[in-house]
Amino acid sequence: MNAEALKKTPLHALHLELGARMVPFAGYDMPVQYPGGIIGEHLQVRAKAGLFDVSHMGQLRLTAKPGHDAATALERVVTADIKGLVIGGMRYALFTDENGGILDDLMVSNVGDHLLLVVNAGCKEADEAHLRQRIAGEVEIENLASRALLALQGPAAEDALARLVPQCRELTFMATAFWSIEGERCFVTRSGYTGEDGFEISIPGHAAERLARRLLSMNEVKPAGLGARDSLRLEAGLPLYGHDIDRNTTPVEAGLAWNIAKRRRAEGGFPGAEVIRRQLADGPSRRRVGILPEGRQPARDHSEIRDRAGRAIGEITSGGFGPSVNGPIAMGYVESAQAAPGQQLDLMVRGKAIPAKVVQLPFITHNYKRR
Amino acid sequence: MSGLKYTKEHEWISVEGGVGTVGITPFAQEQLGDVVFVELPEVGRKAEQGKEIAVVESVKAASEIYAPVSGEVVEVNKGLPDTPATVNSDPLGNGWFFKIRLADAGQLAKLMDEATYKSFCEGLH
Repeated sequence: MNAEALKKTPLHALHLELGARMVPFAGYDMPVQYPGGIIGEHLQVRAKAGLFDVSHMGQLRLTAKPGHDAATALERVVTADIKGLVIGGMRYALFTDENGGILDDLMVSNVGDHLLLVVNAGCKEADEAHLRQRIAGEVEIENLASRALLALQGPAAEDALARLVPQCRELTFMATAFWSIEGERCFVTRSGYTGEDGFEISIPGHAAERLARRLLSMNEVKPAGLGARDSLRLEAGLPLYGHDIDRNTTPVEAGLAWNIAKRRRAEGGFPGAEVIRRQLADGPSRRRVGILPEGRQPARDHSEIRDRAGRAIGEITSGGFGPSVNGPIAMGYVESAQAAPGQQLDLMVRGKAIPAKVVQLPFITHNYKRR
Repeated sequence: MSGLKYTKEHEWISVEGGVGTVGITPFAQEQLGDVVFVELPEVGRKAEQGKEIAVVESVKAASEIYAPVSGEVVEVNKGLPDTPATVNSDPLGNGWFFKIRLADAGQLAKLMDEATYKSFCEGLH
């Protein structure tokens, strides 16, 4: 596919100007790295701050139709407690299917008279169609395709953003706000996908480049691409849709059942609730775990996992290198009986068995700004 | 650095006294990105021109290194596995992978000289 056929975010010209290496991702021409390199960008985010363009992701607005309630409607398709989500709050949620498989993972914000959803780029068309099919009678569904989304992540993100919006210091993890930033109305959440403190800023597309340049002009902030985004989230133990979670994994197997609140477990009312309830009661047959290979050889996605007796017991779903850990790291699924931290494994890489062990996730400590 | 020969797979070889030092080119390391792992052949290993002989991995992907010529591996860069970033910072110098005693010096004729390799790379973009 040539670059002309790919979609572009509002920051596309800026990426080229900054010397980014561009790759196709979910139908978009996106920066995988800038000249500094993936490791440099990754370490920059953990030490100071990095700015990511995540405008390719889907932003959807759900507004209740007269006589209906948006949270009630959304609960019919997601696992999370949306009715209990306070105004100004944000929550992680999953779309599930009738088998309890995961259709996508998303963030849901309650801004009072509507809900704002951020969904994965690769799923956004299917997610919108899914919502229209299931709940269009109860909510107006708008695709906010003209908005950009910037992720400012790292311990210095607050200092950087505070130069433009001093009140950002008061926003805590998973809280949200509407602020005027340099004259543009932005929706800001204290969240991210790196394990570090940070903000995600939804801004009208025409104003995105100006804000990005302003942030990048600050000492603490450097551009960061999809390569670093992946290594950061892997170290943080966060699943990537299409790799660690998909239609063939349930929230219980994936270790994400925490987002299914007690009331929702009891009441159900989302697709696959029965399957999930059973797995919660009986335990799943396999679990997503962190995996630490010995030595320096990375084990990539789809590498077979064997027990020390040579029996196949699972598969790597995300495998790579952790610059902050300074070694190879991975996530995958193994039979539940072999899923305890410390469990010895072998990973099949190019026909050879690489010794490894199950470890707790995350690989690094999360640095979220809690209350 | 004169006298280097290059392969289409972006390996370089510098031959002296029948022994060639082999590494990957600046172009290759730039394409790869940050190198995080190298797997070197064992000393004594018999190599065949064009066949896989070593592995280099970046953050995102694994890549094979192919022997530019046939022969026997007589030395490997022992320090490289502990400092894989050297492949990025000094690909033509300290980032060398292994040395090979050539079985047939005539095979060098199949490889590209510097100017040809440079045009070859330009044609790839």
